[in-house]
Amino acid sequence: MNTSALKTDPNFHEAGRRFFRDFSPGDEFYEHLIEAHNGLSDEQSEALNARLILLLANHIGDLKILREALQHARAAG
Amino acid sequence: MGAYVNPIYPYKAPTDLKVAPPLRKPLIVIGAGPVGLAAAVDARLQGLDVLVLDDDKTVSVGSRAVCYAKRSLEVLDRLGVADPACALGVSWNIGRTFLEEDEVYQFNLVPDAGHKRPGMINLQQYHIEEMLIARALELGADIRWQHKVTAVTRHDDHATLTVETPDGTFDIEADWLVVADGARSPIRRHLGLDIEGRVFQDRFLIADVIMKADYPAERWFWFDPPFHPNQSVLLHKQSNNVWRIDFQLGWDADPEEEKKPEKVIPRLQAMLGDDRPFELEWVSIYTFQCRRMTDFRHGRVLFVGDAAHQVSPFGARGANSGFQDTDDLMWKLALVMKGQAPDKLLDTYALDRQFAADENIMNSTRSTDFITPKSRTSKTFRNQVLALAKHHPFARKLVNSGRLSVPSFLTSSLLNTPDVDAFEGSMVPGAPMDDAPVQVAGQDAWLLDQVGKGFACLLFVNAVPSAETLATLQAFRQSAVPLETLIVSSSPLTVPGCKVLVDAQGWMAKRYDAKPGTTYLLRPDQHVLARWRALDPVAVQAAMARAICKA
Repeated sequence: MNTSALKTDPNFHEAGRRFFRDFSPGDEFYEHLIEAHNGLSDEQSEALNARLILLLANHIGDLKILREALQHARAAG
Repeated sequence: MGAYVNPIYPYKAPTDLKVAPPLRKPLIVIGAGPVGLAAAVDARLQGLDVLVLDDDKTVSVGSRAVCYAKRSLEVLDRLGVADPACALGVSWNIGRTFLEEDEVYQFNLVPDAGHKRPGMINLQQYHIEEMLIARALELGADIRWQHKVTAVTRHDDHATLTVETPDGTFDIEADWLVVADGARSPIRRHLGLDIEGRVFQDRFLIADVIMKADYPAERWFWFDPPFHPNQSVLLHKQSNNVWRIDFQLGWDADPEEEKKPEKVIPRLQAMLGDDRPFELEWVSIYTFQCRRMTDFRHGRVLFVGDAAHQVSPFGARGANSGFQDTDDLMWKLALVMKGQAPDKLLDTYALDRQFAADENIMNSTRSTDFITPKSRTSKTFRNQVLALAKHHPFARKLVNSGRLSVPSFLTSSLLNTPDVDAFEGSMVPGAPMDDAPVQVAGQDAWLLDQVGKGFACLLFVNAVPSAETLATLQAFRQSAVPLETLIVSSSPLTVPGCKVLVDAQGWMAKRYDAKPGTTYLLRPDQHVLARWRALDPVAVQAAMARAICKA
């Protein structure tokens, strides 16, 4: 059986905070993401994205999940 | 099919207003747009004498604000115009978002049953205004057309207005002044009051198109469609075969050039993809800002609607939030004007609605940043969210083509009494009330139609309350600021002095996480103030005192 370890359902949340609208936590993340790139050149943004992927990948750690994420990212392109 | 013809409202010479020394009116509203008119209707329902001054003599030219959200319809229900608005408007709940030619995401504004009103109706602003004018006049509001307010002087206990009419200029005074003169707000500028925020460098073309089409009553939003590459397009169905189409044009577009029919018609033909006949009713180019006044209250002068705050159009948070402004303001103003609450209650109008305006600006700014990315990186993220959305549910949730107007949870309102008992669900202090189907006197009815005329206390029971409880409820009804007392029961009961809501299907029990004994205290604008697991008269009285700033 092909079980997926990667979460692809909406999963943004924060401990201790209550969101009354289901789109709010994802929108908040997206705002932070775009804000993090504010004022950067395209090259600087690419580098930031690379660092971000590396930080998140290490945090996830589980290679099964990371392989799946890589496959999905490649497939959608 | 035929184009809308704007009515002309009769000018009345101000012989009765133009007197020396100046007349003093208890309440003047500047601006007969949807929000000013809602304030006037609400004032009359509260028993207040109200004079409305408008510099024009007709309703909105063009459809302008077309989407009226469920919460606005609930407010309009209280004002008495939701039935005609819903009868003429186009109800919809489904929104579809397309990337190029493929649908990537759809939402349903009201996924739950058990609400009287739909998620949204589309109705041209001029129709809403006509209905509100008729209602305001029926209730005895005094509306004067072609009365342009050219100056306002603020005093500690009133404001003096200078009014220009075809018959000359005169001064008039108001104990209280509600300013609803729109986004450009000449009065706000005249008073030198600040409004700050962001200007977005983009232009949009709006076209009201009259045509026969059998598209469903849904909101359709395209990113990068083949008929308008690299930009977004939005389609809405309005009443009387009028369709609203918004084309994103980009900052470099020439607004005068783009408004010409020879530019607009080919864009529409490319979109419609066939040679069906259509007529252009109205075309406009708009840009927008997201900003608000620092303070919506300046002594006796209260700002509402676009005069106080502006958002991008994605999400229909303009007129909808304006209705919520007057919904919040008018009961507070009435209590203060009648001497039943201290002046500082009106400070909470500013605080509650500034909080809501910040939330509206935040959501509409996020939508705008998604729809019109400002950098290559931002555009890449946007396009890859759309690419992932085809297969991955989390990305569908991130697709932001406008987060449609929903009321704020006023969780930080000073009027709330924090929970001391445990509750599930979302009806926290400050929550806008969820509707529910009920039965009243054997007839099907809706919860929200039973509340909203004043403060209310809802008591959930499973049997006729004790004599002691009935005495408590009677005391609530007879207090200086009376509380309406409502009993909620799963089976029919007769309770002296109380309206009984029969919650036969259990919608209220579920939405309000109620058990026998659960008590809710409600604001006149249908927001939760406080709740308890048992009726404690001392706690209710303390919460009421807090709710009118007398604590």
